[in-house]
Amino acid sequence: MNMSEILGRMKFTGFGAKTFKGGIHPADMKADTEGKEIVELEPSQEMVFPLQQHIGAPAVPCVEVGDRVLMGQRIAEAGGFVSAHIHSSVSGTVKAVEPRMHHSGVKINSIIIENDGLDELCPEMQTKDWKKMSAKEIVDVIRDAGIVGMGGATFPTHVKMSPPPDKKIEYIIVNGAECEPYLTSDHRAMLETPYEIIEGLKVVMAVFGLEKGYIAIETNKPDAIAVMEECAANEKDCTIEVVRVKTKYPQGSEKHLIKAVTGRLVPPGKLPMDVGCIVDNIDTCAAIGRAFLYGVPVIKRIVTVSGDCIENPANFRVRVGTNVEDVIRNCGGFKKTAAKVIMGGPMMGVAMVSTDVPIVKSSAGILAFSEDMLYERPRQNCLRCGKCVEGCPMNLLPNIIKEAVVAGDIEKVEKLNVMDCIQCGSCTYVCPAEQNPLQFVRTGRAKLAAKAKQEVKK
Amino acid sequence: MALENINEKLVVSESPHVRSGNSTAQVMLDVVIALTPALAAGTVIFGFRAIFVTLVCVLAAVASEWIWQKLLKQPITVGDFSAVVTGLLLALNLPVTIPLWIAAIGSVFAIIVVKQFFGGIGHNFMNPALAARAFLLTSWAQAMTTWQQPYADAISSATPLAIMKGGLEEKLPTYLEMFLGNTPGCIGEVSTLAILLGAAYLLFRRVISIRIPATYIITVAVLTFIFGGKDGFFKGDALMHILSGGLMLGAFFMATDYVTTPYTKTGQIIFGLGCGILTSVIRIYGGYPEGTSYAILLMNVVAPLIDKKCVPKRFGAPKEKKFKLAKGGRN
Repeated sequence: MNMSEILGRMKFTGFGAKTFKGGIHPADMKADTEGKEIVELEPSQEMVFPLQQHIGAPAVPCVEVGDRVLMGQRIAEAGGFVSAHIHSSVSGTVKAVEPRMHHSGVKINSIIIENDGLDELCPEMQTKDWKKMSAKEIVDVIRDAGIVGMGGATFPTHVKMSPPPDKKIEYIIVNGAECEPYLTSDHRAMLETPYEIIEGLKVVMAVFGLEKGYIAIETNKPDAIAVMEECAANEKDCTIEVVRVKTKYPQGSEKHLIKAVTGRLVPPGKLPMDVGCIVDNIDTCAAIGRAFLYGVPVIKRIVTVSGDCIENPANFRVRVGTNVEDVIRNCGGFKKTAAKVIMGGPMMGVAMVSTDVPIVKSSAGILAFSEDMLYERPRQNCLRCGKCVEGCPMNLLPNIIKEAVVAGDIEKVEKLNVMDCIQCGSCTYVCPAEQNPLQFVRTGRAKLAAKAKQEVKK
Repeated sequence: MALENINEKLVVSESPHVRSGNSTAQVMLDVVIALTPALAAGTVIFGFRAIFVTLVCVLAAVASEWIWQKLLKQPITVGDFSAVVTGLLLALNLPVTIPLWIAAIGSVFAIIVVKQFFGGIGHNFMNPALAARAFLLTSWAQAMTTWQQPYADAISSATPLAIMKGGLEEKLPTYLEMFLGNTPGCIGEVSTLAILLGAAYLLFRRVISIRIPATYIITVAVLTFIFGGKDGFFKGDALMHILSGGLMLGAFFMATDYVTTPYTKTGQIIFGLGCGILTSVIRIYGGYPEGTSYAILLMNVVAPLIDKKCVPKRFGAPKEKKFKLAKGGRN
């Protein structure tokens, strides 16, 4: 083996990968699904489209009960600038517009469509050539496609792409870190549809007139790094750099990815655009690519179904609005009694009250855990071991925040920069004494917010 | 049609939904495992009495914690093995000739006075085993400094540190003897090799970080090299200082105690430095030949203060002036 070969192989180890200070190394649990090809899933008979699948104002229905809708047709309009359109992922009839259970545990006004199974396409879905469009027209296409941050934050992408004129964007980073354990949907997307991701990245670069874009991938996905590098090498009129980042949680956090890739630090309370960066998730980028390549809006997303209860863990391409129970059934159901079902990853996902809820734009994973996976142990005294301090990616003091919240010292809680917390859960994960500092951080934040509200009233 | 094989009521809780699986008991058990080589070496060198002393210390520590919590109707925490660690550490810091009743009193003092009086695990401000050792040393100075010769049932004159203090360097054992533990001293402190084995295990399991032990030992080495020589600066025998006394045991097992040392990274380095400086000062200029225990105990007391001044910089915050010590910290 010669030197260049050795160096070539080193690329796929953690050696020399970029990262940030702090963070933790949870067991990644991806082996169950990372080798599973994405399977197209049949939609449910009854499709539910919550009007709030994004941060911002809820969408406003633009169809009425009894209307026939086509696959890809817009069924709800953005309810403001910070909002997103919603499209039907099937053809069928609007059955009702009523509050339905959402994975967050509350009922949200939703459009219910009876699927006729014909998948009749909406004629508006046409290939679009971004090379002939102005930046504004491109952003309009993204807005019309209802694209939101599909990594989980669900911030409307067209808003992210319309920074104030004084903010100069210099870095476009595609977030392929996928640092949450269990989830492999982004990994599979990079392996199976890399051209969609590259297309999406090129579109975003075109909006800001940039020649160079970045794709950041954790080193635990060497095959994805290889595929993306190959695709990037084929691009002649622009440069796409694949940046290897360390396998560490929360490497996929926007601010930490920016630090790893560019070395820039997003100041507290500021946005990535303030340091000239835009970070888009893999699936978001692929959605942008599809909006131009095929003219399709966000009607499907990739979902990893895993966890110790799932009979056959899998990666599915699921239509938005599909019932979660149908998704689980397609995995062969539960092999053990499910005690907890999570929408999203195990670190930041939401534990669901019921499985009778729809897949939404941000559902990257469905995880089902049995009793064995639940931790039931009493809270013990803090050992001051400092593992939470060492692990906190925001350099906070979770142990001290907890003490301050327990003591009810709101001023101290504020001084401890509790609002900086990104709620990644690293502190709670590593704690040997089950202190669960994150729970107290959330309490502290709620109390601070309540205090601020009161002051506004005065 | 509902799904089968699912709990009627799903568990709903806040994220994160998984844990590392680490626990207080696991940490303590790792420390016990890491201390076994030192105990084994002590037993080989000083005989089976080492085991008896250890058993007495551990039993007295666990029993006093159990009785105290039973009497005060508190939850019983002996299951976290922290009392076992305290007893074990104390035993390793005693000479093998110690009367067993003194050893038992040491354990009771460590658990009741140093640990439980202040609220139990996590709340003591000094390392219980070290505080107990200091207490025994002032109470029964004679018994605490009667050393047995290695591999012989005879009473020795002095430990290597005492020899150095007395200025009789020609009587010192060789470095290899020191490294293997072929010298008089406390049960667990004599064999550097055994201590390093245990320390390697703790580092490998990530129970401790290298920050405190490394800064501590390097500081002692540098200071004893510069100031430790009898005839002028830069002539001290640093290696002899590192290998002798309780430095290794202290640096890896006591100065890394979670509860009584800083939790911030910078704080840990300052803590190691402080321990190193105090140990060297006591060894070179103090009345005692050995300074490890007192150095760590003194630094234990200032650990909270160190943490207060070493709050890590907020992620993304602009660079501030370093060493800005005015206007209290955040906590």
